[in-house]
Amino acid sequence: MPVQALSTMTDKAKVEISIDGVTYEVNAGSNLLQECLSLGLDLPYFCWHPCMGSVGACRQCAVKQYRDEEDSAGIMTMACMTPVQPGARISIEDQQAKAFRAGVIESLMISHPHDCPVCEEGGECHLQDMTLMSGHNYRRYDKKKVTHRNQYLGPFINHEMNRCITCYRCVRFYNEYAGGEDLSAQAAHHFTYFGRHREGTLESEFSGNLVEVCPTGVFTDKVFSENYTRKWDLQTAPSICAGCGVGCNIAPGERYGELRRVVNRYHSELNGYFICDRGRFGTGYVNDAERLKTPLDGADKELDAAAAQRQLCEIAGSDGGTIGIGSPRAGNEANFALRKLVGEENFHAGYSDAEHACMQLIAEAASDPRFHNPSIREIEQADAVLVLGEDVTNTAPRVALALRQSVHNKALELADGANIPRWQDAAVRELAQQERSPLSIFACGATRLDDVASDRVIDTPSALARNAFELAHRIDSDAPSGGGGVDALARIADQLLAARRPLIVAGASGGDIDLIKAAVNVAGALRKRRGNGGASPVDLCLLTAEVNSMGLHLMTRPENSLGAALRKLSSGEAANVIVLENDLYRRAPHAGVDAALAAAGQTAALDLLPNRTTAKADLVLPVTAFSEQQTSYVNYEGRAQLAYQVHRSHSAARPAWQWTGGFEHFRRALLDCADSIPAFAKLGDVLPDTSNLPNGIKVPRQSERYSGRTAMKANLNVHEPKQTQDPESALAFSMEGVPPRRDATILASSWAPQWNSNQSISKFQDEINGPLRQGHGGTLLLEKRSESGEYHPLPAKVDGAGLELLPALQIFGSEELSSRSEAIRARMTGAYVAISPADAQRHGLQQGQGVTLSGAGGVTATALTCIRTQMSAGAVALYVGDAEIDFHGLFHGLGARVELAPAEAPEGRGLGELIVSDLARGRDYV
Amino acid sequence: MFRLIKDTLLSQAVTLWGVFRKLFVKADTVQYPDEQPYMFPRWRGRIILSRDPDGEERCVACNLCAVACPVDCIALQKAETEDGRWYPEFFRINFSRCIMCGFCEEACPTNAIQLTPDFEMAEYVRQDMVWEKEDLLIDGVGKYHDYNFYRVAGKQVAGKDKGEALNEAEPVDVRSLLP
Repeated sequence: MPVQALSTMTDKAKVEISIDGVTYEVNAGSNLLQECLSLGLDLPYFCWHPCMGSVGACRQCAVKQYRDEEDSAGIMTMACMTPVQPGARISIEDQQAKAFRAGVIESLMISHPHDCPVCEEGGECHLQDMTLMSGHNYRRYDKKKVTHRNQYLGPFINHEMNRCITCYRCVRFYNEYAGGEDLSAQAAHHFTYFGRHREGTLESEFSGNLVEVCPTGVFTDKVFSENYTRKWDLQTAPSICAGCGVGCNIAPGERYGELRRVVNRYHSELNGYFICDRGRFGTGYVNDAERLKTPLDGADKELDAAAAQRQLCEIAGSDGGTIGIGSPRAGNEANFALRKLVGEENFHAGYSDAEHACMQLIAEAASDPRFHNPSIREIEQADAVLVLGEDVTNTAPRVALALRQSVHNKALELADGANIPRWQDAAVRELAQQERSPLSIFACGATRLDDVASDRVIDTPSALARNAFELAHRIDSDAPSGGGGVDALARIADQLLAARRPLIVAGASGGDIDLIKAAVNVAGALRKRRGNGGASPVDLCLLTAEVNSMGLHLMTRPENSLGAALRKLSSGEAANVIVLENDLYRRAPHAGVDAALAAAGQTAALDLLPNRTTAKADLVLPVTAFSEQQTSYVNYEGRAQLAYQVHRSHSAARPAWQWTGGFEHFRRALLDCADSIPAFAKLGDVLPDTSNLPNGIKVPRQSERYSGRTAMKANLNVHEPKQTQDPESALAFSMEGVPPRRDATILASSWAPQWNSNQSISKFQDEINGPLRQGHGGTLLLEKRSESGEYHPLPAKVDGAGLELLPALQIFGSEELSSRSEAIRARMTGAYVAISPADAQRHGLQQGQGVTLSGAGGVTATALTCIRTQMSAGAVALYVGDAEIDFHGLFHGLGARVELAPAEAPEGRGLGELIVSDLARGRDYV
Repeated sequence: MFRLIKDTLLSQAVTLWGVFRKLFVKADTVQYPDEQPYMFPRWRGRIILSRDPDGEERCVACNLCAVACPVDCIALQKAETEDGRWYPEFFRINFSRCIMCGFCEEACPTNAIQLTPDFEMAEYVRQDMVWEKEDLLIDGVGKYHDYNFYRVAGKQVAGKDKGEALNEAEPVDVRSLLP
């Protein structure tokens, strides 16, 4: 075989190759397996993964390759390890190749345990598909099967090691891709075992992806298993994860009126093949027995829908003015309908004032042509990253996973230089060893990305801001100096300037406006220094906290903060208030909320679960959860995406836009929003193109093999009810219609003949890792306006006694709705105060002991002491979780300080489930 | 002329002969229900859920019968015991839809669902044609006497540890490097 110089994957040159006598045009520089799959050919494989490249471990993708037309013997070669060469001649159908593949799978199956009927993977199992495709039927081997003991891997994942075929995908994902450290390949030869060093919860925030990465049933979804349904029985629709501001695409599945599980839905620009565990396991609240089911009045008496609607209209139309408080976790239509009901001037943001201020800056930066707001795919391409203050793993986990990939760009660069194709995963990693692209983190303590960080600046929030301002100054001397600065700044500045595609990350979750200003300064300085010669905008990723924070911001006037709303109510400037999907006690100081609600004449609250705000409301209206309604959300990039309704709500709950807006149809609400608010002008584009669905034919939510149609409800009545109609969308609650793999523009659950597993996604992609043929990637709403070019001035130094307070956020617990899901609650810790060993000693605090925080205005809170060795002295981070702590009373703004004193430990959860790298252990701390 | 005779007279004569002959044959009519007909064991009639030889429920709620059913008249929900056995939390067959095709029995990997020679399932009220697990589950093995899925499958359940299923070796000690 002639050895030719191999081009890289980025090289999109096309070459012609011949497969089974047919000539195809394929991407040069790729490998044969990837190109065969891109062409839609059926070639079995196990260890290859579109996102993780090739290692050639399983030998399943063997094909015949021929030298030239004369060559009839050919050689057997592994398609995933063979680069595409111009004029290559290969055969998939060759008898020898087929026999080889059948032989390989027969040996892989030697110890497979004959338990498909009791395996959660059954019916969507890549191993089942490949076995069938390769033609292996009966076990001929008459020796004993190798067996393994399973491990307890925590509340999310089940382990059944007997099913393993040692493809190594799990450890490649978990360790190499997601940076987990507690899963490994153990033992040797045919005894290879994949598990933890000892039983315990899998620590990675992305462990749920093992369920989808494992080609068989070694790792299965434990939460789903408790309420199990086969894939073909799940009613599925394309949806958007409501767990954070990233807006990952998900495919929730429903059966018997319950939301059963969530799996990743491929999006080429955003989440790709992976989502985080909050998104996957955090939707149990939809099925919660405590869900609000009927409208209630102030005395908790049930109202009928018409009476409730009338009462809401009365509240909205009564004298004295009515305030509407929107919600960052409600969709655009719900917020818009409320805004329309109370008027734009009375519509207030539903997030905290600190976040409100951050959102103004974030939107300003997003419309600045100097900056580009990168998608996840673009974040992965950064070759120098600066993270300012944001604890990305806990606030936007999928972005953290992308940042982890960005450090791999150094390895890819080295591989290009050494003529190693980028998809040769093991070779690329071997070549790079510990060489990584720079990733610098400014934080108040250890973060979960520290293991790949090149530099860390750990200090108090105010000192971090000064350092970050100084960094901008070091890059461009016109930027205001922060004074002083740590040694690493010079190195970080050089790295960012030298980078081909630098990226600055900050976010609103911590409410730290100074660091967002600093991020804008750094990005602006970079842009200026790199700007000459029409260089592209600098990547500035400013993360929003919740699923629709950006959408809510675009609807709200800058002066209409939550604090302003509460003041208007307390002062009597407004009489009534309508609260949309929001627990105000999580957003503002409790004293302020109490005063406002006490002063308000009438309070109406629309929500799905009871909370402290609904408890005080005079009218409570139940609303549908994300999977029970169609709605659009705007993510951190300003990308509007449509989440379809998956299943019906079986209570009196309605979408909020129906309660408040009186809209008959969703489409009307969405288009009215697009017409009324200039920022949403392009919102209408999220609606699917239905021109190829003639005569009202729809896209089915149910698979062709949806079972039990005539028996599911037969216990209630043997006469089957009419199929529920869906006048709201292009989807039908039915198994009839145009299936996604034909012409439909909507893809919920991927399935293709012979490909029952999620690997069937390749049948829907343009090419491997390309956009979906059916896909609708969402619509970018934010338009670039004129640049300001101004630097933010250095914030004034706030001094005071006590320790600087900042929020500590946890992937499991900090998001309001997911923290009410049983699975997430199993991983939550009690409220804690993260503190440095020095400060703990000074205050006489010990690990796990109770501690009382007291802030300005006499606000106090009690939490557990969590001594972290990497925590910056002078700062404490308070994690609230589901404890009723007046966080915003303590954290009244940046530079808020608290005093600490030992106290009785609060009842409830301890710190057992806390997963951090720097928890202080040993006798000194207990 | 010959044709006319063949088509009419001869044909009638043959028919009459046939009828005459039957006068001396035992009648086929069965006095059902006083007399019960012999039903062949593989007759596809009333569906039951059977138990394995150890008396445990055979059904593992794998859903294959439901998906094989051409009229979609089977609905069930998987549940799991403490020790890892799968079983149906409910198992419902809508016999008013069932066409007794036997696909469910063919699909069943554990021989749990079986069609029996009983066909006496008429009801006055259609709602009574909906049978739940309590109605379907019998206390025997049905047609298949020996099969016990969990003795073959590698899944660990109470009374059968890892390595104790058919053709299984002792669980591996992952810390050993011996061949």
